[in-house]
Amino acid sequence: MIITLIDIILLTFMGATAFAILRLRSLFAVVMLSGIYSLLAASMFVSLDAVDVAFTEAAVGAGISTVLMMAVLALTGERERLPARTPILPLVVVTLTGAALFYATFEMPAFGDANAPVNLHVAPHYLKNSFAEVGLPNVVTSILASYRGYDTLGEVTVIFTAGVAVMLLLGGRKGDDAGIKREPADDAGNADSGDDDDRDTRGGAA
Amino acid sequence: MRHHRVLRIISKLLIPFIMLFALYVQFHGDFGPGGGFQAGVIFASAFILYGLIFGLENVRKVAPPAVVTRLIAAGVLLYAGTGYAGLFGGGNFLDYSVLRADPVAGQHLGIMVIEFGVGTTVAATMITIFFLFAGRDR
Repeated sequence: MIITLIDIILLTFMGATAFAILRLRSLFAVVMLSGIYSLLAASMFVSLDAVDVAFTEAAVGAGISTVLMMAVLALTGERERLPARTPILPLVVVTLTGAALFYATFEMPAFGDANAPVNLHVAPHYLKNSFAEVGLPNVVTSILASYRGYDTLGEVTVIFTAGVAVMLLLGGRKGDDAGIKREPADDAGNADSGDDDDRDTRGGAA
Repeated sequence: MRHHRVLRIISKLLIPFIMLFALYVQFHGDFGPGGGFQAGVIFASAFILYGLIFGLENVRKVAPPAVVTRLIAAGVLLYAGTGYAGLFGGGNFLDYSVLRADPVAGQHLGIMVIEFGVGTTVAATMITIFFLFAGRDR
């Protein structure tokens, strides 16, 4: 009963935050509200007994994403421009998709149903045998790091790829580490002139 | 933010505890909520806080970008290397049971090592992204 009440309150707050994010044009306020939304989502995960997910959401979504978005905000403007025209078609698409998803929830098994397909496949094996096989009290860690270690390797590779992609996009010149501008007296000037030379040659060839 | 004395003093006090908490989350993930992902983010947030308060130049002295960018790859290599260690030990890829004589002890060792790899990559990636965003010319 209490849990249901907390869920309803959290969901109301999440809805209000999402609506405010939609309506506001001040990007600073939007970044702050996104952090609040993540924190509410993390609270929702705690209410669903998924503390590991909640921890990640709080640390990544509410914490570091907000700071990174603030850093981005320093590079862009503070206000979002008004859209040129009213987006009718996207609104229809989003409403229809949302309605379809909402309709699909009626077919879903009840939350925590022991006979739900997701709880009948490998989950019972993990819950019964993970302590004997892996020896960790936290089943989540056993699954993430051992049973599903290959998936987690993929996730780490995704983080790695994200880091490399950001370095490629924003990293600056060749030879720089993480876009650090060297001292002007250093070889930065030489690298620049080298780039120019390359461009000149290519221009000449064309 | 160099002139904000309260922020400077409070963050100086907080940063060691943030790092300690990150290490706790890192190595206590086997027993409670947490693990490499969360620990890496918390550890990176200590550096980001330092960078926000004391300036990018100073945090680059503490965490040289040349080192941090290499740590991104080092974490993935540590993880994959543990996988190969299982392979060479006679098991499957990422099978930690063969790392030690006792399978459960092997599992424990393997999970600790790969979680450390995850934490390293996540922390280094977050710090690098912060460096790149914050260090970009206006």
